[in-house]
Amino acid sequence: MKRTFSIGGVHPHDSKISRGCAIEPLPLPPTVYLSVAQHIGAPAKPVVAPGDKVKVGQVVAEPGGFVSAFIHSSVSGTVKSVAPRKDLAGNEVMTIEIAVEGDEWMEGIDTSDTILTEIPDDNKAIIEKIRLGGVVGLGGATFPTHVKLSPPPGSKCGMVIINACECEPYLTSDFRTLLEKGEQVVIGAAILRQVMGNVPCTIGIEENKPEAIEHIKAVIEKLSKISPKYQGISVLSLKKRYPQGGEKQLIDAVMHRQVGSGALPISVGAVVQNVATALAVYDAVLKNKPIVDNSVTVTGECFPRQANLLVRVGTPLRFILDYLGGLPENAVKVISGGPMMGRAVSNLDAATLKGTGALLMLTEAQTRRKPASNCIRCGKCADACPMGLEPFLLNRLAKVDDLEALEANAVQDCIECGCCLYSCPANIPLLDNIRLAKGAVLRAIRARATKK
Amino acid sequence: MTQTIIWTIAIVTALGLVLALVLYLVAEKFKVEEDPRIDEVEKTMPGANCGGCGFAGCRAFAEAAVSSETLDGIFCPVGGNDTMAKVAGILGIEAVAKAPMVAVVRCNGTCQNRPKVNDYDGYPSCRVKASLYSGDTACAWGCLGCGDCVAACTFGALSMDPETGLPVVDEAKCTACGACVKACPKSVMELRAKGPRGMREYVSCLNRDKGPSAKKACAAACIGCGICVKTCTHGAIVLENNVAYIDSSKCKLCRECEALCPTGAIHGVNFPKPLDKDAVKARVQERQRKAREAAAAAAKAAAEAAAQEPQKKEEE
Repeated sequence: MKRTFSIGGVHPHDSKISRGCAIEPLPLPPTVYLSVAQHIGAPAKPVVAPGDKVKVGQVVAEPGGFVSAFIHSSVSGTVKSVAPRKDLAGNEVMTIEIAVEGDEWMEGIDTSDTILTEIPDDNKAIIEKIRLGGVVGLGGATFPTHVKLSPPPGSKCGMVIINACECEPYLTSDFRTLLEKGEQVVIGAAILRQVMGNVPCTIGIEENKPEAIEHIKAVIEKLSKISPKYQGISVLSLKKRYPQGGEKQLIDAVMHRQVGSGALPISVGAVVQNVATALAVYDAVLKNKPIVDNSVTVTGECFPRQANLLVRVGTPLRFILDYLGGLPENAVKVISGGPMMGRAVSNLDAATLKGTGALLMLTEAQTRRKPASNCIRCGKCADACPMGLEPFLLNRLAKVDDLEALEANAVQDCIECGCCLYSCPANIPLLDNIRLAKGAVLRAIRARATKK
Repeated sequence: MTQTIIWTIAIVTALGLVLALVLYLVAEKFKVEEDPRIDEVEKTMPGANCGGCGFAGCRAFAEAAVSSETLDGIFCPVGGNDTMAKVAGILGIEAVAKAPMVAVVRCNGTCQNRPKVNDYDGYPSCRVKASLYSGDTACAWGCLGCGDCVAACTFGALSMDPETGLPVVDEAKCTACGACVKACPKSVMELRAKGPRGMREYVSCLNRDKGPSAKKACAAACIGCGICVKTCTHGAIVLENNVAYIDSSKCKLCRECEALCPTGAIHGVNFPKPLDKDAVKARVQERQRKAREAAAAAAKAAAEAAAQEPQKKEEE
C-alpha cells in the first residue's frame, strides 16, 4: 500500500497530455514586463529608471521588506518604463518594462550546461546566495525561500521534503524538469538538506510518474558515489491523489505528521520545497544564476501543440501562445496554473511571473459551470476536504457573514484546493463563498493582532 | 365520590393561588426597570428592521435614542424627518431635520458605452467577481452587474435593467437605508441628497484611470478633463484621482457642467425641462469671454497705472 495523506482528497483525471514534450527554450520576446509583486510579502522596490541599460541577471528591484525578494532582469536591453500595468487579473501592479536588445548576461553567471557537484560548506553564504538570487517557492505560493530556510529560533528541522507530486491535472513542467535536470534537482535538494542541518531529504513523487521515480533513484545512486553529501536523499513513491502537493498534505503523506491549525510546517520539523525551487537553489548557489527563466507547461485538449517551454520571466502570455500557433478558436478560457487552483486569465497582454507554471486552455464544454441547486446534505464536500473542514457549513455561514462562527469552524485553514467544489453534486459554488469568508476572517484576525 | 371531586378542586385551587403568589413575588423582586418610552419610540418606527440606521433593528434604535441625550448621529433613514420628529416629541428633545436622501448609481457603463473585453462565467456575485479580478470590461472601477445591490435591497427599490446591465433605483421605494452602498464592492452606489423636487446633478462615473484609457474603456467615462470644475461658479465640483465629484450641498442645479461635459458623464435627473445643451454652452462661453475681457482690461489698466506712477514721481 503506497502512502498518501490521511483525510480527504479527490481523484481528478490527470490529463498529462504534454508529458512527452521536452522542455524547449522559447525565443526572446521583443519586450518583457517584470512585475514587482512576484512573491508573497512586500512588493520589491524598483532600482532602475527609464533609459537604463540592463543585462540578464542584473537586479532591477530590491526587496521591500524581510519577507520579499530580489527581482532580476530576465533579458538584456533598455528599461522603457517603470509604471503600473495590468496583471493577468486586470489589476494594476508596478511593472518594469524592458525592450530586449541581444542577450548579454551579467559577468559571473555560469550559463554552461556543466553540472557542478561541489557544495560549499558555509551555510550562511549559501542562504545569502539564495536570497541574492531572488529564489522564491515555485510550487505556486512564491514564498521567499531564504525566509523559509531561516526557521525561527527554537524550532528544529527534521526533514527536507522535495515536492515533486505535481498533483494538479495537466501540469508537466516539474515532471520534465525531473527527467531532464534530475542531477541539478538532486544537488539542489542536497544543498537544502545541508542548510537545514544535514537532515534526511525525501523526494515525494506520485506513482503516475514512474520514469521520473526511476531516473531520480539512478541519479541519487550515481551522485552518492561522488560525495557523501548526496547520501541521505531518498525517493518516495506516493499514491496519486489531489491535493498531495499541498504542503500540509505532503508532510502528512511523507512523515505521518499533521501540521496544526495556523502553524508552520517547521512546527512538525519539516521544510517543503518544490522541484523547481530546488533547481533554482542549485542555479543560484553553484551557477550564480538568479531566477530569470522558468519552465511553463502550455497545454489543453483544444490546443494543437502541447509544449513545455523554458520562458524568461516577464514574457507576455500572448507571445507564448502566438509562438505555439495562437489561441485556438474553441478555447474560451485560459488559466494560469492548473485547472484546480489556477487563476483564469482576463488579460493576455499580462506577463509571466516567477511562479507561473502553466498556461491551460479549456473549451466551453470543459469550463462552463452548471447551475447550482440546493444542498442535498450528502456530505461529499466534507469527505473531500483535505483539511478536515465542513465546506457545506462554512458556505452557509459565509452567506450570512457570521465571522465568529466561521473562525470557530476554522475557515482560515482552507487551502482553497477546490476539492469541495469538485465533489459537489449540486454544483454549489462552495469555494467562491468560502474564499471570501476566509479573507474576511484573516483580516479580522490580523486586525485583532495589531490591536494587541 | 363527591368528596374526592371537591378535594381535588380545592387542592388545585390552593396550589394555583400559592404558586401565583410565588410568581408574583419573584417577578417583583427581579423586575427589570425599562424606560416605557422605548416601547413608545419603537411603535413609531417603520419596523423594517433593515439596519439602515446602523443599529441592529428598530428596537435597538429605540433603546439608543432613549438613552442618548441628543439625537446626534441617530437617524432613521427609512422613516425620515417625520419619524424623527415623532421620536423627538416623545423624548422631549429637538430633532435636526435632514435632507432626504436617495441611492444613486454612479456608473453609466451600459453595454453600449462599455464594451466587454472578456466573459465572466464564475459565480454571479459582485463580491466574488471583485475578489477574482478587475471585471469583464476594461474599466476596473464601475458596476460589475451581478446585482448584489438588488439582493441587498429589502424594499424592492432596485432592479437590474437587462438592456444596460446596470441597476435602476425606484425613487419612490428607496428609503436610503444604505444596504446597497454596503453591498457594492466597487462603491458604485451612493446616498445623495434627493434635491428639491427630486432634482439633482451627479457624476455618474468612478473611473480613476487617466483620460485616454478611461475613454477607451467606456464612452461615458469621466476623463478627468476638469472642464466642469472650471465651469462651476459655485465651487461645487472637485476633481480628485482623475474623477470629478459634485458636492450636492453646494450645487445650485444650474446644469452648466452637464451641458459642457464632453463625455456625458454628468447626469441631471428629474428636471422638468430637457437640457438645451447649445444654449447653456453659449451662455457659459459668453460669460467666460466677458470674464476674459474684463481680466484683460483690468490687467491693462493695472499696467497703465504702473506706467504712470513713475512718470508722476518724475513730475514731482
